[in-house]
Amino acid sequence: MAARSTVARAARQLTFAAARRPAPFVCQKWQAQAQKQRLFSVSGALKEKKYTEDHEWIEMSSDGKICTLGISEYAAKALGDVVYIELPQTDMEVSEGDAIGAVESVKSASDILTPISGTVKEVNSELENKPANINKDPEGDSWIAKIAVEGEPAGKLMSKEEYTAFTEDA
Amino acid sequence: MASKRAVTVLRPAVDGLGPRLLRINCAQKTVNTTRTISSQASRPRKLAQQQPQQVRYASSGAEKEQVSRTALYELHSKYGAKFVPFGGYSMPVQYSDLSIVDSHHWTRENASLFDVGHMVQHHFTGPGAEAFLERITPTSITSLPEHQSTLSTLLHPGSGGIIDDTVITRLPGKFYVVTNAGCREKDTAYFKEQLEAWKSEHSDQPVEWKILDGQGLIALQGPKSAEALARILDDKTKGDLKSLYFGQCVFATVNGTDAEVLVSRAGYTGEDGFEISIPPHATEAVTQFLLDLAKDELRFAGLGARDTLRLEAGMCLYGHDLDDTTTPVEAALSWIIGKDRRAKGGFHGDSVILQQLKKKSEGGGVSRRRIGLIVEGSPAREGAKIVNEAGEEIGNITSGCPSPTLKKNISMGYIKDGMHKAGTEVEVVVRGKKRKAVVTKMPFVPSKYHKQPTTAKA
Repeated sequence: MAARSTVARAARQLTFAAARRPAPFVCQKWQAQAQKQRLFSVSGALKEKKYTEDHEWIEMSSDGKICTLGISEYAAKALGDVVYIELPQTDMEVSEGDAIGAVESVKSASDILTPISGTVKEVNSELENKPANINKDPEGDSWIAKIAVEGEPAGKLMSKEEYTAFTEDA
Repeated sequence: MASKRAVTVLRPAVDGLGPRLLRINCAQKTVNTTRTISSQASRPRKLAQQQPQQVRYASSGAEKEQVSRTALYELHSKYGAKFVPFGGYSMPVQYSDLSIVDSHHWTRENASLFDVGHMVQHHFTGPGAEAFLERITPTSITSLPEHQSTLSTLLHPGSGGIIDDTVITRLPGKFYVVTNAGCREKDTAYFKEQLEAWKSEHSDQPVEWKILDGQGLIALQGPKSAEALARILDDKTKGDLKSLYFGQCVFATVNGTDAEVLVSRAGYTGEDGFEISIPPHATEAVTQFLLDLAKDELRFAGLGARDTLRLEAGMCLYGHDLDDTTTPVEAALSWIIGKDRRAKGGFHGDSVILQQLKKKSEGGGVSRRRIGLIVEGSPAREGAKIVNEAGEEIGNITSGCPSPTLKKNISMGYIKDGMHKAGTEVEVVVRGKKRKAVVTKMPFVPSKYHKQPTTAKA
């Protein structure tokens, strides 16, 4: 199941992400990305996606200034049908460990914690109207927020492999 | 760290730290439990059937607690159940074929089968049984016809607070009483103490009390329940189902077996349906039989759907919407207090409860009442505060979820008397933000019981 949904997601992004990409500097970046098989993000060359023990993921832009944050597929699956997402406000200053929003499913309410300090620059407001989207693509199109940061995250973060082992181990 | 990791996936939200059964941490425990299960399930089947209870898990935090299993445990596993600890039992919260929301809709459109074998089934017999039950509950037991059930509450002497909510049925020569699994120890101590006191005061009217250990109990809920049930019943009872109305019960035989079951038209979802009490040895077979013969319309459903269904139906969950400090009047359960009981009293807490039933001008009334709320934006769950325009706390939420049927956020809670009228606009604080809410009549979703036609009274 998990494998199938991942494949489906990658395929979907291949089709849509390319079409939505802004016109300038597309070709070069797209190609660079394709070569590296980085299909899971809409922005350009990025650093490796990292995961927290609280099941958020972050992805730093190549210049290290913008951090995109979301919840993991594992979390989205565990939460079940999401009915409401509380997003942070833009320009809000956040500190590492802060609850910057929440995800409500039929089962439960869970805080979204940021593992890094900074200022919220952009939120994925589409999730306000279509919260269920987070069940479809939590680690891609359904990111939660982009945070302008000035440093590296201080707390413990895991690579995809480490995180997978962590969730299997839990 | 490891133990912390085992109980939180995402941190539970600030408003609602109460012990809710469906927190994400439960889902996490599920993972643990399921793993334990698979190793257990590979044991020879007979062994597990002979010792269905008191299986101990080595999972974190459960060292001291003994987690029991119902007779249907293996069947649940076979149907892909995710288990959570509930009321001292390892119970299915959902099954792999349907999400909670899908299972919820399935129940309202077809029929679902819930294992409620964790609940405690009792028999009270003897010449003093009727008077004893009238002493510990506000129900008019004397006017309860044979083969008829009623919702009731066990009451604290003096305060009239609710020990537990219960369903009492009069059967020929005895009373059949079902209480909550989560209150098992408390109720047992209460019954012991109350029977002791009864015995010393009424030695001429003995009461015998028996817990039906291992007795199975399943609930069949949804518009297609009667159709599904008819398939496994003997021809006579099958024909009688049409005139078996909500609140009534009948003994029946399951086709091709010698198993006599007690079929009550009742439930916890607001839908038409039945609760079926089955002897221990036949519980698994009867349930499997039902699932096999009603493949198209019947599915297993777990605690997850049970919680959202009962909330839509405006029904209380003890330990959340009811507790020892709440009286039936505060809990909007005055309707369970019999007419003759209002006149004569004679039950635990009667002075408090009867006073509360009086008009305000006569010094009666209560300071808080159980109400329903529809909340805008975020769902408001247990522990959230209800505030007025000035931001002053006027109540609290005891249960809440997004309603799959209404696609609105529904909550149940207690509010200051005077603010309890339907249509009253208040606010509920979730994660530090005020959300608009309106006091709403319950049930949130209209009930569809199979009721006796009122015109056929004569």
